[in-house]
Amino acid sequence: MTDRQDKIAKQFIAALPHAKALGMELTQIGHGHATITMPYDQKLVGDPETGVIHGGAVSALLDTCGGAAVMVHDSEPVGTATLDLRIDYMRPAKPGDTITATAECYHVTRSVAFVRAVACDADTARPVATATGAFTIQSTSVL
Amino acid sequence: MKRPEPVQVIKQRRDAALQRLVEGVPYIQFLGIRFDRRGDELTGVMPYRDMLIGNPMLPALHGGATAAFLETTAIIELSWAMMWDQMEAGQDVASLRLPKTIDFTVDYLRSGLPRDAYARARINRSGRRYASVHVEAWQDNRARLFAQATGHFLMPQKDG
Repeated sequence: MTDRQDKIAKQFIAALPHAKALGMELTQIGHGHATITMPYDQKLVGDPETGVIHGGAVSALLDTCGGAAVMVHDSEPVGTATLDLRIDYMRPAKPGDTITATAECYHVTRSVAFVRAVACDADTARPVATATGAFTIQSTSVL
Repeated sequence: MKRPEPVQVIKQRRDAALQRLVEGVPYIQFLGIRFDRRGDELTGVMPYRDMLIGNPMLPALHGGATAAFLETTAIIELSWAMMWDQMEAGQDVASLRLPKTIDFTVDYLRSGLPRDAYARARINRSGRRYASVHVEAWQDNRARLFAQATGHFLMPQKDG
């Protein structure tokens, strides 16, 4: 891990109030790849009858993870924002399980980054959700 | 001819049903989302909170919070439309299950400002098993959307 990526890894979640509020933790990062975990929590439940986590929380996790993957792409963007994100929900996440998202920024142009991401619970063979998205690339600081 | 019900009775019944729908979901409470009702028209409201921020430099709302707001508005609108006839007929609607999201595509049009956000959903197609819903979200100006989304949903089956 380069110094820059190490710094991004340490600061990424802390700098994002919403990611912090959802309990996200960045566990792996580098060369256009990122892994973020989100532990099960009562407040994230979307279906009170089953205790299954709300799709919106999984979206937030996949979006954050996608953004992280863009930030550590070798082209070293200064900033990024989501342009569009499509989420496919394969199955309900098992109540109680931590959800782990991995994202890959597989292509960048001067102004756009393309990302795919997967979210799994403890059963990593069967994904809970997958996502594909396009992110903006900010290559020079505007500040 | 049957006399129409008093307006207070109708309002109380509709508001109670809507409240039960929204209050039952912990994640909706966590994000602080509520719904305004005019007849059968619903508007989702997500009042600004610091914890909704994703980019503190701008600052801008987190794309995930925006996505969750849009998805919640779509699900509540679908459930509301699904239960309306039964509710108006005075039947019990407390036991209805929520639709399940199959896929959801969010189009981020501009960054979400640190302000209250509003959203309205339109059901483009609702069949026995599947539904397609479009949602629009705005902040200060109704015509200047900051995000929109389309999603497909699996409708709850009455006989399990």
